[in-house]
Amino acid sequence: MSEQQDNAQLHAQFDRVWGNLPGIGALAAVNHTSVGLRFIVTGLFFFLVGGLLAMLLRTQLALPEQSIIGADLYSQLFTMHGTLMMFLFAIPILEGVAMYLVPKMIGARDLAFPRLGAMGYFCYLFGGLIILSSLLLNIAPDSGWFMYTPLSSSTFSPGPGSDFWLLGITFVEISSMTGAIELIVSILRTRANGMSLRQMPLFCWYILAMALMIVFGFPPLILASILLELERAAGMVFFEVAGGGDPLLWQHLFWLFGHPEVYIIFLPAAGIVSTLIPVFARRPIVGYRWIVLAVIVMGFISFGLWVHHMFTVGIPQLAQAFFSMASMLVAIPTTIQVFAWLATLWTGRVVWNLPMLWILGFLIIFVAGGLTGVMLALVPFNWQVHDTHFVVAHLHYVLVGGMLFPLIAGLYYWLPHVSGRMPSNVLGAWAFWLVFIGFNVTFLLMHLTGLLGMPRRVYTYEAGLGWDWLNLLSTIGGFIMAIGIAMFLLDIGMHFRFGRRAPRNPWAADTLEWAVAMPVTTYNFISLPTIRSRHPLWDNPQLPDEIERGEHSLATIHHGLRETWGSDAVSGRLRERVHLPSNSWIPLQAGLALTVVCLGLLLKSYWLALAAVLVSTVIMLRWSWHNGGHPRAAPLRADDPCDPPLHSRTLDGPGRWGMLLTLMANGSLYASLLFGWFYLWTAAPQWQAPEQGPLDVPLLLASGLGLSLAVALYHWLNRQLQRGSTSQLAGGLWLVALLGVVHVLLLVWVLLLAELSPTGSAYDAVLTVMLCYLLFHGALAALLSAMQAVRVQRGYVSVRLPYEPQVLQPFWSYTLGVFWLGFAAFILLPMAW
Amino acid sequence: MVGFATVTLIAVVSLWLYALRRRPRQWSQEQARRVHNRWIIGGGLVLPVTSITLLLAFGIPIGHRMLPLPLADSEVVRIDVTARQWWWDVSYPDSGIRLRDELHIPAGTPVDLHLTSDDVIHSFWVPRLGGKLDMLPGRTNVLRLQADEPGLYHGQCAEFCGIGHAHMKFTVRAHAPSEYAAWLEGATGDE
Repeated sequence: MSEQQDNAQLHAQFDRVWGNLPGIGALAAVNHTSVGLRFIVTGLFFFLVGGLLAMLLRTQLALPEQSIIGADLYSQLFTMHGTLMMFLFAIPILEGVAMYLVPKMIGARDLAFPRLGAMGYFCYLFGGLIILSSLLLNIAPDSGWFMYTPLSSSTFSPGPGSDFWLLGITFVEISSMTGAIELIVSILRTRANGMSLRQMPLFCWYILAMALMIVFGFPPLILASILLELERAAGMVFFEVAGGGDPLLWQHLFWLFGHPEVYIIFLPAAGIVSTLIPVFARRPIVGYRWIVLAVIVMGFISFGLWVHHMFTVGIPQLAQAFFSMASMLVAIPTTIQVFAWLATLWTGRVVWNLPMLWILGFLIIFVAGGLTGVMLALVPFNWQVHDTHFVVAHLHYVLVGGMLFPLIAGLYYWLPHVSGRMPSNVLGAWAFWLVFIGFNVTFLLMHLTGLLGMPRRVYTYEAGLGWDWLNLLSTIGGFIMAIGIAMFLLDIGMHFRFGRRAPRNPWAADTLEWAVAMPVTTYNFISLPTIRSRHPLWDNPQLPDEIERGEHSLATIHHGLRETWGSDAVSGRLRERVHLPSNSWIPLQAGLALTVVCLGLLLKSYWLALAAVLVSTVIMLRWSWHNGGHPRAAPLRADDPCDPPLHSRTLDGPGRWGMLLTLMANGSLYASLLFGWFYLWTAAPQWQAPEQGPLDVPLLLASGLGLSLAVALYHWLNRQLQRGSTSQLAGGLWLVALLGVVHVLLLVWVLLLAELSPTGSAYDAVLTVMLCYLLFHGALAALLSAMQAVRVQRGYVSVRLPYEPQVLQPFWSYTLGVFWLGFAAFILLPMAW
Repeated sequence: MVGFATVTLIAVVSLWLYALRRRPRQWSQEQARRVHNRWIIGGGLVLPVTSITLLLAFGIPIGHRMLPLPLADSEVVRIDVTARQWWWDVSYPDSGIRLRDELHIPAGTPVDLHLTSDDVIHSFWVPRLGGKLDMLPGRTNVLRLQADEPGLYHGQCAEFCGIGHAHMKFTVRAHAPSEYAAWLEGATGDE
């Protein structure tokens, strides 16, 4: 009896520490369950809006020569349909699912950076609403979701539509990036004790691959959006032929992002399939290692085939053959997965259930889409059907089949987790058949429409070209599918009221997320188990009860801190106690401030935007202030645990990994900029570069010398700190900051002396962006070092708290690296040419 | 190609359905491993590699033949087409003829179209004569077409180029060689 009471008391204590604030305080929630669910619900909302737009499009196309919707509105609608579905539905909802599930699957209590996830959500929500508002104001972007310039330039799209897209999407992408970074670090550094990479659930492998692809794949688009917005708003030349730019640069950067994007969407969905199939086949997945390998290979190949979206722009034959082959190669890892799933079913004892129905739908549609994809990779065929409805059909087969069906299967499968109830089989099956039949009526026929020559993105067509009945049937199919989706939503709604109570682990699954209480608590596990198997719940069905009774580790609360284990990236061996932030208003404040930045840029009130940038900076500095040894985080105490230690007492915690990943993303952005520079230099039709470089080289060298000294000094100070000496730390950090300031001032001087005219030539424009990039990094590094100096004086950084300087160190090294790389690319190489 | 794809689709789906329904016997570890390897290596590696090799073996030469390589024996007719929002500016550099939204070509002779754009990106496409090629500002792409039969062919812009995109069409009239000469003479005379 008393044991039970103790246990109830323990749970109450955990609830107090981990619970969200009541009422409006829920907006300050940072825990991954709340944030993940918010992503999912918001994603579904944008999915419905996107679907509604699709219905409008199909209505207009139902009959030839209709004029329900004019050309202008039609352009806005199809642009917004693609944009909403890709950027505001597919990626955020999948990241939401991952945020919700990953910590539970790896036996952690929360993601590594809870506040970052919460801020990402607000960026997503506000950014999404900004984009959506343009549609209500009838000034939505109308150049297609791919925004090809010069159509999207200020000359041919003078309205604010393109700005909404460029600024809004970039703003929303903050959330994709933060989500990806936080997922990677969590998967690598906060797994349960003993869970080695080889024992990690397959879903986490898929998410790891997806998140890494986001880290490297999104920056090219972010850079391209920034450049195009600079061209539109400030008249700088990047894509305009006249000043030495090239519209093809946009296409390269866009598809450098855009093709990995397809796999970014597909991978988590395939991860859902790989999770569900073994559960319903009642046996472990076949070929775990094959699948992991396939996923990794897919991630790499997907970065090498962006050009297949550009087969018709007139590129050399050899390049076409290469990219054609690369595009087809992607079929191999995909097929390996399909056959691994098949083999699992083959040797398993399959239990038939609603989620399996949706999985079967996925298989049929996705395989068909994959096969048309192989056809499209064949260049001569591509020349014929590119930009016709054949491609529309293909991409919907791949995306709806490859993403929506597994997603719905997954939603049904994990629904009991959230609601504590079982899904009904009747309505769910009805929804499935309506969606499945409706989808095929719409899109199977659309292949034929495309082969008959109907181009994409036309708002109307003439009668008598053989397209009439096909379009009518496609529209009818679209409405059947819409009814199916409505039925799915109705089912979910009814479920929360009338669903039958679910027992714990209702599907008899093997993975750890089913070991939590249902519905789930905010801290997931009251005690954290050691995991030594891929199927913890099959090997030990008692595990949930043991966890619940607090029989495993970390079942105490230490000074009111939220804590979870930090572990080794490969072996999963226990390394540290990660203390996590509690509820916080800072993410909301940061999200709002960034929204004002975005609005300021949109409304072209640049002073407002600048002010908001300053406010955001202050908010974020305050955010980083409340870390480590700060009284609001984990100040030094006499009873600090030492085996394992708190992560802020070590040299290498999750924050350092977060910094490294952020720098990888940043490096991808920088590499895209260098790509742009070399591309324009070698390929732009009217490229001009001055004989004599406009930059003052000795001054630039002096600036680089200041930077190099700062970095060398920083490294020296850090080594002293690691050896336990802090006598010169504060003063040294001030000196580092000062050297940083000298570097920045010299760089500003170089910029002013050069008298560049970025609105006149692409050469000057790229150079300006490069210098500003270097300036930003130098200034930020100096600022953060000054902040570290203050923290040393306050006692938040010391011999016992040596963590934060370790986090900042890679940033200095990066700043140094990009400076000299830029110097080589912009000064040395043209000299040697 | 479509037939092969359909067969593959039906085969994969039937295998799945069969795998879902069958009630397997107890497998020993060794047996199971053999079955698995057979599926993954046979289905996951051999099948796609063979299909891709076949496709490329046929596809790349076809693509090669469609390129505007210099021809040994016959003269190539050159036509310049400049796209504008939302019409086609057609000119014959040899004879100085200029047309709007219509092309006249000799049937049975290869024609090289020198494509460029004056404003945004467009794409030149006559579905019954061949593939499409983008028209980019600042660049000239060359597309080789050949109409085997005289007749009227419809063409349209295939790259979204703004609100007039749906109506940006043109016609290609392919003449028998003698008629083409007559047309050329007549059109030049008009100037």
